[in-house]
Amino acid sequence: MSTQILKHTYNPTDLQNSEPLVFDPGNLKRGEIIINMGPQHPSTHGVLRLEIVTDGEIVKDVIPHMGYLHRCYEKHAEKLPYNQIIPFVDRMDYLAAMNSEHAYAMGVERMLGIDKDIPKRVEYIRVLVAELNRLSSHFVAIGTYGLDVGAFTPFLWVMRDREHINRLLEWVSGARMLYNYIWVGGLFYDLPVGFEERCRDFITYLKPKLVELQKVIIDNKIFIERTAHIGVLPLDLAINYGITGPMLRGSGLKFDLRKVDAYSVYPEIDFDIPVGTGAMGTQGDCWDRTHVRVAECFESVKIIEQCIEQLLGNHKRTREFDPQAIVPKKIRPKVMDFYARAENPKGELGFFFRTTGNTDVPFRCKVRAPSFVNLSVLQAISKNVMIADLVAILGSFDIVMGEIDR
Amino acid sequence: MSLLDHKFGQGGIVVSQLEDVLNWARLSSLFPMSFGLACCAIEMMQTFASGYDLDRFGVIPRPSPRQSDVMIIAGTVTFKMADRIRRLYEQMPEPRYVISMGSCSNCGGPYWEHGYHVVKGVDRIVPVDIYVPGCPPRPEALIGGFLKLQEKIRKETLVAPKAVERFLSNHKSDQVI
Amino acid sequence: MTYSFQDIKEAIQIQFSADVIVAENTAFMQPQLTVTKGSLKDICFFLRDDARFFFDQLSCLTALDNGVEKNTLEIIYHLYSIPFNLFFILKVETERGDGKEALPEIPSITDVWRTADWHEREAFDMYGIKFAGHPDLRRILLPADWEGYPLRKDYTEQEFYHGIKVAY
Repeated sequence: MSTQILKHTYNPTDLQNSEPLVFDPGNLKRGEIIINMGPQHPSTHGVLRLEIVTDGEIVKDVIPHMGYLHRCYEKHAEKLPYNQIIPFVDRMDYLAAMNSEHAYAMGVERMLGIDKDIPKRVEYIRVLVAELNRLSSHFVAIGTYGLDVGAFTPFLWVMRDREHINRLLEWVSGARMLYNYIWVGGLFYDLPVGFEERCRDFITYLKPKLVELQKVIIDNKIFIERTAHIGVLPLDLAINYGITGPMLRGSGLKFDLRKVDAYSVYPEIDFDIPVGTGAMGTQGDCWDRTHVRVAECFESVKIIEQCIEQLLGNHKRTREFDPQAIVPKKIRPKVMDFYARAENPKGELGFFFRTTGNTDVPFRCKVRAPSFVNLSVLQAISKNVMIADLVAILGSFDIVMGEIDR
Repeated sequence: MSLLDHKFGQGGIVVSQLEDVLNWARLSSLFPMSFGLACCAIEMMQTFASGYDLDRFGVIPRPSPRQSDVMIIAGTVTFKMADRIRRLYEQMPEPRYVISMGSCSNCGGPYWEHGYHVVKGVDRIVPVDIYVPGCPPRPEALIGGFLKLQEKIRKETLVAPKAVERFLSNHKSDQVI
Repeated sequence: MTYSFQDIKEAIQIQFSADVIVAENTAFMQPQLTVTKGSLKDICFFLRDDARFFFDQLSCLTALDNGVEKNTLEIIYHLYSIPFNLFFILKVETERGDGKEALPEIPSITDVWRTADWHEREAFDMYGIKFAGHPDLRRILLPADWEGYPLRKDYTEQEFYHGIKVAY
């Protein structure tokens, strides 16, 4: 029994006051109803509320309400030093924490001017863990998407493989999910002894599993029927809404920041960019987006193999290697405004910094979250679909509420 | 527990106390309402999956609060979400339990200092039975939380002793557990 | 050929008059151009539709509070051109207002890039900046009955919200 006497009293009108309906129930046409796919729902991928105007099956309009996970990241970023913000950066996109940390650390290093001094071994380790995290994030996206459309088995397979990645990353950084591993100027620790060989064994184990995943869900006739021709996102609409990442590539544009901006050691690694071509339906439909994600998993595996080769060859571990060698004791960039961006599994993650030059706390740190921008197109592409299709469309966006609400 | 494991003679007759049977039934089939809010939800999903199977404890996630026994609040509770959590708690039928998973729902977590929109602990909204620490807690920690909840249920009693009745009539608390 | 910051600035000066430009800052690694509020929307249309630049993506829209002494609020627009790989940063400054009734107003660029829709709602939510011409300006991340605009420098938390204590 809790010892504290609860003072909070439940008042049903509070719900309407804190997030009122956008549609006026008086304006509904005959036969239409407003359904609330509320913040607690198995298939809204977190706490997202969808207000759906429907006639029972066909969706006339949908309005997303968010903010149920607003955790005040930007306020924390105005009060804490640069290196202490990294755990909060992790917790925004909690599925791809290494990628978010990589983008943040890259931004601060560029501001300090030390981005050319980072040792190559550190860069290769960063890319290695970032690509492992990309695999992990895409696995959750595909697994939960399968759950949404009714396939339970791929979810369990994917969770099993994700467990292996979690254990590998726990061996590297100490935590299974929110790592605080990539620091400004280096890494927290070096890779443990034996990690490269274990990782190589894992990749050998994973390749047939990816082929299996492709067969069980992507090439599955039922999945194709559920997702082809649904939620078609035309390319000009996508660019005007600012969509990035696998969603943009699913609509046909070969645009990947790892190739365009050529940051970190990606220019030295050979990989391809998969694009959606409308192979099973229309170009830009849900099937294309999921196909792009699975194809990116294959490419990530290629990148990881090349990184391991480099880490066992040219940039072998030595006794004198200190991953914290370039980590500055005081992070005090000069006065400037700076925008840094990187390719997260969900899209383009951007950090905008404004610094005052005389303190180690940023004046402003704004996050351009990919899921926030990607979700805004939901209203435009889900007119006149069925409610089940709406769930399929939302699943193909691959949103993470931690990022949307920050 | 007590004589529940002992069979008498032929015919599968078991002699036990009613309380023990009820408690045993309740703790062996806890159905949580899947209420994942943030990062802890992913670890909760990982616990339900095959690696750290929770199904072997009889735990199956149910989507609706009306069909669940226990609510696992996994993740940060914000003010916008607070009223909805209370509403879902009120919709659960008794006997109901609450497990607070992760440090955000225990006490506000890493957001305690500057988080204006974070409720500093879900026990300001619903009465909590078990607190599972961690950020996020390991799957083993969540399983440990369930085992602790099972211990708590095992000690429950149908008949309130007189001291408890007196206590309840003196104090005006809005929740009786 | 790739255009530099000065080329784009001169193109804007040629298209509109030179007095739309309030200031420019080329000392930073990423130079910015400060323009007047009234000309913002036209400049955005020009940059988006011009065949040399074709800034088709609004990467980010940031609002910034300079504090009570300086009494200015800034909004920074990051534009990116996918076909030509060009970056451009526009900035608009305005006074703060008191954060309760007198809120600053800025024209909305939702018609130019639909990305701005939700970003402007977030700027309204966090800073209390009104956007003229926005189709649906209401709070996006905080509850509709929250008091105050949190990311302002002089923000203090309210004591109770719906009966729950806010502070630790």
